[in-house]
Amino acid sequence: MEKNTLFDKIWDTHVVKSVPAGPDVFFIDKHFIHEVTSPVAFLNLEKRGIGVKYPHRTIATPDHNVPTVDQDQTIKDKLSRMQVEKLRENCAKYDIELHDLGSAHHGIVHVIGPELGVTQPGMTIVCGDSHTSTHGAFGAIAFGIGTSEVEMVLATQCIMQSKAKKMRISVEGTLGKGVTSKDIILYIISKISAAGATGYFVEYAGSAIQSLSMEARMTICNMSIEMGARGGLIAPDETTFAYLQGKQYAPKGADWEKAVAYWKTLKTDDGAIFDKELVFEAADIEPMITYGTNPGMGIKVSGNIPTTQGMEGSNKNSYLKSLDYMGFAPGEAVKGKLVDYVFVGSCTNGRIEDIRAVAQFVKGHQKAENITAWIVPGSREVEKMAHEEGLVKILEDAGFELRQPGCSACLAMNDDKIPAGKYAVSTSNRNFEGRQGPGARTMLASPLTVAAVAITGRITDPREVF
Amino acid sequence: MAYDKFTILKSKAVPLPTENVDTDQIIPARFLKATEREGFGDNLFRDWRYDVEGNLKKDFVLNDPTYSGKILVAGKNFGSGSSREHAVWALYDYGFRCVVSSFFADIFKNNCLNIGVLPVTISAEFADTLFAAIAADPTTTVEINLPQQTITLLATGASESFDINEYKKDNMQHGFDDIDYLINMSAEIEGFAASR
Ligand code: SF4
Repeated sequence: MEKNTLFDKIWDTHVVKSVPAGPDVFFIDKHFIHEVTSPVAFLNLEKRGIGVKYPHRTIATPDHNVPTVDQDQTIKDKLSRMQVEKLRENCAKYDIELHDLGSAHHGIVHVIGPELGVTQPGMTIVCGDSHTSTHGAFGAIAFGIGTSEVEMVLATQCIMQSKAKKMRISVEGTLGKGVTSKDIILYIISKISAAGATGYFVEYAGSAIQSLSMEARMTICNMSIEMGARGGLIAPDETTFAYLQGKQYAPKGADWEKAVAYWKTLKTDDGAIFDKELVFEAADIEPMITYGTNPGMGIKVSGNIPTTQGMEGSNKNSYLKSLDYMGFAPGEAVKGKLVDYVFVGSCTNGRIEDIRAVAQFVKGHQKAENITAWIVPGSREVEKMAHEEGLVKILEDAGFELRQPGCSACLAMNDDKIPAGKYAVSTSNRNFEGRQGPGARTMLASPLTVAAVAITGRITDPREVF
Repeated sequence: MAYDKFTILKSKAVPLPTENVDTDQIIPARFLKATEREGFGDNLFRDWRYDVEGNLKKDFVLNDPTYSGKILVAGKNFGSGSSREHAVWALYDYGFRCVVSSFFADIFKNNCLNIGVLPVTISAEFADTLFAAIAADPTTTVEINLPQQTITLLATGASESFDINEYKKDNMQHGFDDIDYLINMSAEIEGFAASR
C-alpha cells in the first residue's frame, strides 16, 4: 500500500483537477476574510459581474484595522471605518456570516475560527493573511493567500496551487521549566533561518509536540510562515478532539462519532517519505528572544548576539543594517537591556492560555516604571474568560492596560503603535522594521518572558524571576 | 483582473541588494487602508524612501536619479512575511513589471504571477553579476525574454535561463488570470463541491 503523509492525504482529496505542467485546481472547504485584504476582491467580482459561489463557506470578521478602545462607538479613523463598513456591506450583500465588532465571537480571524469550531481536521482553509497557518494545529491544510486568490475563492471556491514539498520537523523529549511552545518555534526558526522552509509544508511531530495543548500547537503552526513555509500542520489526536467537542460548529451526535473516526485516519503513515526531515531535542531549548529584524534572528535570552564572523558582502551588510536599526552591536548580550513596552496579544499568543500564563506570573507584582504594558485579547471570548477568571483584575492591579480584541500592535495599523526608537518585547510574530510602528524596535518572545520583562523593566530570563 | 501581456521586456534595472526584504518594508501596514487598488505606488518602500517628517532619504536607491527602470533586482529572500498583495500592487503601480532575485518568498511570488509582475529567479552568481554590471553602468539594459525564459545583460551577453511553469507562462504571455480559467470549469467544481 502507498505510504502517505498527513499532508498528502488532505491535499490529494481536495484536487478537483491537475492542470498539465501547471498547478492543481484546489478546493477550499473554509475561507476566512477580514476588512483589509477583501475589499478589492469584492470590487473585482462586481466588475466581472459575478457573485459569491458558496457564501456559507466564508466567514468574516474585522480585526486588522479596528480600534481597541470604544469598539461600541463609530470608528474615528475614516479609512479604517470605510474598510469595516465595506466588509459589512459585502457580507450583507452576499449573505456571508460576519462576526462584527462587539459581537460575542468577534476577534482575530485565527483566534475565532478554532474557538467557533469552524476549524476542523482534514479541512482546507485559506484566508488573505499569512498566519492562516495557525489552523494547521488541527490537522488541516491552512495557508495564506493574496487578494486575487481571495477573489478566486469567493467566485469559485477554488484556487490554483502547486503542491508544496514536504518537511517533517520533530521535537522530542520534555520541555524544561519556563520553556513554552513560542520558544520551540523561535528556536526552530533561529536554526533554519527565516527562509529555511520556503517551498515546503511542514508537519510538526514528536513527543514534545504531542504533549502540547491546542493553544500551544496553534502558536507553533502560526509561525510556520516565519521560516518561509507555506503552512504547518500537526496530526489530530485526543487533545484535538477534546478541544473541538461541543464547539458551536463542531459536528454533533452521530455526526461527531463519524467525524472522529475519519479524523483518526489523518496521520502520516509509517514509512512515508518527506523531502526533508529535521529532529530537535526539547531539552536543548531555552527561553528565546529575537534581537534583529526578522524572526530567524533569535537567540536564547541569556545568549549573545552573533558576531559577523564568517559573513561577507550583502549578507554582512544586511545583518549590520538590521542590528543598526535595533540599536544593538554584534557580540553583545541582550539580557539586562532596558525595555519600554510589552505587548501581549496577536494570533500567536493572544489566547486565554497566554493571558493566564502572564497573569499567573505577574500576580502580586508591579510592572516596572519604565514599562508600558498592553494586553490585547485575541477575541471577545478570550476577553470574557479573562474577566470571569479574575485575570483582568490581576493584570490591571499589576499596572497592565487591557484593550479590546483585534490585531492591534501586532501590525500597528490602528492607533496602537510603538513610538520610533522604543523597544517592545512582544508576544506577536514579526519583528520586521516598523512592524509595530515606524521606527519601533521589536523583540519577539514568549508570554512568560514578556511577563518577566514587564516586572523587571529589562530583558530577563523568566526562569530567574519567578 | 486581466493584466498587461508580458513577452519581452528590455529596460534599465534598479538594484536593491538588501536581503530578507519583507512585505512590511515594501508597503507598511498603515498604508493598506484603501478599499480600491489605486495609488499604492506612492507608498512603495515608504519608510525607506521618507524619514519620519516625510523628507526624502537621499541615499535610498529609489530616490537616486542615477537608477531607474521597470526591473527591480533584489537581494535574497525577497517578499517574505505578510501575504498582502498590496506589496505587488505597489511595485506595479510604481512602474515595475519584473522583479529579479536569487530567492523569493512563496506567497509573494504567487501574488506577482497573479497580477502580472514577472518574478524571475536567478542563481546567486548571476545576481552578483547583475549587481556589479548595474553598479558599473546604471544605464545598462537588461532583457527579460519570457518566451525563451532567459534574462540577459545586453552589453555583455551574459545570460541565464529561468524556470516558470507552462500554465503560468501562458497566462503571463496572454494576460489571462486564474479566475478566467476557474470560471470556465465551474461545472466540474460544482460536481466536486456537491460531493463534499
Ligand atoms: S494578529 Fe498580527 S499576525 Fe495575526 S492576523 Fe492579526 S496582524 Fe496578522
